[in-house]
Amino acid sequence: MSDEGMSVIVKTVSCVLVVPTVVFGLYVIMHGHLTPGGGFPGGAVMATIVALFLVAYGKDGSRKILKKDCLSAAESIGLLLFAALAFAGISVTFFSNFLANTGNWFGTVIPFGPNPGYLVSGGVLPLMNIAVGIEVFAALSAIMILMFSYSGDDSK
Amino acid sequence: MSVEFLIEHSPALAIALPLVAAFAAPLFGKLGSFLRNLWVLLMLAFTELVVLLMGQDVLANGARVYALGASVPSLTSPFGFPIRIVLVADAMSALFAVTAVSIALLAFIYSWKYMSDKGGVDKFYTLLLLLTAAMAGLCLTGDFFTLFVFLEVSSIASAGLVAYNRSGKSLEAAFKYTVVSAVGALFLLFGVGILYGKYHLLNMAAIAAEMAISSSFLDVAALSMLASALLLKSGAFPVHMWKPDAYQQAPVNVTIMLVTTALLSLYVLFRICFTIFVPVMGSTLGWLAVVLGAASIFVGVTMALPQKNLRRLIGYAAVAEVGYILMGVGTSMVSISRMDGFAVQALSGGVFHMINDVLDMSLIFLVAGGILYVTKKQDITELSGLGHRSGFLTVMFAIALLAISGMPPMNGFASKLLIYESVYFLNPMLAIIGIAGSMMMLALFVKIFASVFLGAPYRGIVAPLPLSMAFVMCVLAFFIIVFGLFPNVALDLIVTPAVQALLGKAAYIGGVI
Amino acid sequence: MISIHFVAVALLISLGIYAVVFRRNLIKIVMGISVIGSGVNLFLVSLGYREGGIAPIFTNAPQTAMVLPVPQALTLTSIVIGLAVTALMLSFTIMLYGHWKSLDTRKRRLLE
Repeated sequence: MSDEGMSVIVKTVSCVLVVPTVVFGLYVIMHGHLTPGGGFPGGAVMATIVALFLVAYGKDGSRKILKKDCLSAAESIGLLLFAALAFAGISVTFFSNFLANTGNWFGTVIPFGPNPGYLVSGGVLPLMNIAVGIEVFAALSAIMILMFSYSGDDSK
Repeated sequence: MSVEFLIEHSPALAIALPLVAAFAAPLFGKLGSFLRNLWVLLMLAFTELVVLLMGQDVLANGARVYALGASVPSLTSPFGFPIRIVLVADAMSALFAVTAVSIALLAFIYSWKYMSDKGGVDKFYTLLLLLTAAMAGLCLTGDFFTLFVFLEVSSIASAGLVAYNRSGKSLEAAFKYTVVSAVGALFLLFGVGILYGKYHLLNMAAIAAEMAISSSFLDVAALSMLASALLLKSGAFPVHMWKPDAYQQAPVNVTIMLVTTALLSLYVLFRICFTIFVPVMGSTLGWLAVVLGAASIFVGVTMALPQKNLRRLIGYAAVAEVGYILMGVGTSMVSISRMDGFAVQALSGGVFHMINDVLDMSLIFLVAGGILYVTKKQDITELSGLGHRSGFLTVMFAIALLAISGMPPMNGFASKLLIYESVYFLNPMLAIIGIAGSMMMLALFVKIFASVFLGAPYRGIVAPLPLSMAFVMCVLAFFIIVFGLFPNVALDLIVTPAVQALLGKAAYIGGVI
Repeated sequence: MISIHFVAVALLISLGIYAVVFRRNLIKIVMGISVIGSGVNLFLVSLGYREGGIAPIFTNAPQTAMVLPVPQALTLTSIVIGLAVTALMLSFTIMLYGHWKSLDTRKRRLLE
């Protein structure tokens, strides 16, 4: 069964929507330690673009754009990055925040009390949010692609 | 990396190492299957080393707490208030962590050859390691929410493993398993929510300390939610139907992990009952456990009788085995509220039987897997006279059948005797049900033994049994015989400290906060 | 004190259990589990609710009461786990449909 997707209008609009969606997803991920959001919601926002592509381009068209192998590798890499960040603090304890309040990378020392929000603070938390964002984006996309392309035969 | 360092961080490493191995396994799989297997084997062996060191340290120096992300591992409540995720390793949890990781290691060694001709092995090992991490987490967790997370991770991973064959039957079994465990986990979360609403705490030890001061109806409601959720996962009588399906349809190396997961949910139940909910427990839950245990024995054994598929039959026998554990521990719960001095004996019987059950069930499932591997036949009515062709499998099956039905030289006898003795004083009828169940189980397995292994020599093709699979069975048989011949050593060395840790509520609370 | 949200929690959970127990369609069973999950999540969130509290965001926060942040973190985790469970069950459903050619659990039972 050939599945060429929807009309050229839908395809073009979905291409145009890539930029704002990805930017918004990255914004949610990057501000995860300051406002509601973080890796999971941001990754989910970015994964909506994959859903859009699957609908717009159909089974066959989207297979050219989205590579399942890359996604599953990205999934592993995101998870490993998260675990590596957790392991990096093990000289103190597992998961200890070794970057926070050091004045270095992501380590802005924050005064006590309400503040307008410092983006490069929080130590390993923003980095972990990025790792979770990669993993959630890759995993959700892979789930959607697999579910969308399952044809009913069990020969795989 | 020194030994002290490993011991100090052992609770976190026991969970983190299998997780890292799980995430990296697909990447190694792209490099080649041998490299991936080596990586998984090394990581599991390293985890085993860590948990063994942890167990030895816990037996020597008492419980160890680990606050994730704190400036010192033992700093659980920095402002006089427990705010971090806390892992607790005492004699009980260390015992089960060692059991779980060992079974995972054995399951992996068994699968090296068993899975070698199948597809999708990368994902299979990822899920296997994820399940290992979740099992270690279930043992070591010190707060309720992490408990929920690990319970869900374990059920998702095991459901994925049950469906590994992707046949209609295995999908059906996996769907059933997921429904039961998802509903159970949501009940558990609801119970945790009730506790949080009352105490504004999630740490088990802190809740136990607060509950000792003031307990109310809400605690009873939370306990009933948690207990029903964990009984759902353990596969005792009213919701036993997922168990034979899942055990039959999963690959056998997964089935032994499922057996361990089911028993770990019982471990969590006992930990909650004996360490946290002591003020509100009373004898009702104990009686419920005893009655459910007796019913599980009855249902398990009677349903096992007409089965034609060996693994399905063992699945029903596993329902009965859970019944024995519930009976022993239920007696202990009733006995604590009556103060008649049988609590420790009954609980020792229950805990010892959990360890024995893991060993016996694993051995018999692996033998069943071995039979499937060498003959490629599922239905036991098609098999006869296999004893002439494979003496090794015959001996292993004989050991396992004696152990499961609780016959004297094997480990099952020692723990079942403890359970019979203590349950006899609760009500002699219950002991009779237990013994009758064992006798029927013996009759059942002897029947299978006779029909599969005895008789005219088997004519079909018999493939040679790989060495790695034989090695795993030998290890399990060794422990079965050692625990059977020297039950007092096993009791003194591992079970009694575990039971003391389970009953030592004050020490647990004092150790954590 | 019985608040309206606890009534909603009870309704959602009993509705979900009804669907899981009595419905025979696989997708409706999955929906039932999701509905139970929503009920439990609502319960957790409403535990942390404070009358007149604001969202627990520290950026430019005024000096008033905040709702408890911990139940919201728990709910977020449980939503993520619920997503995983739902995805898993739906993929089982898709594959089972391939085998049964039907979603009705009464038809084509393979395990006896």
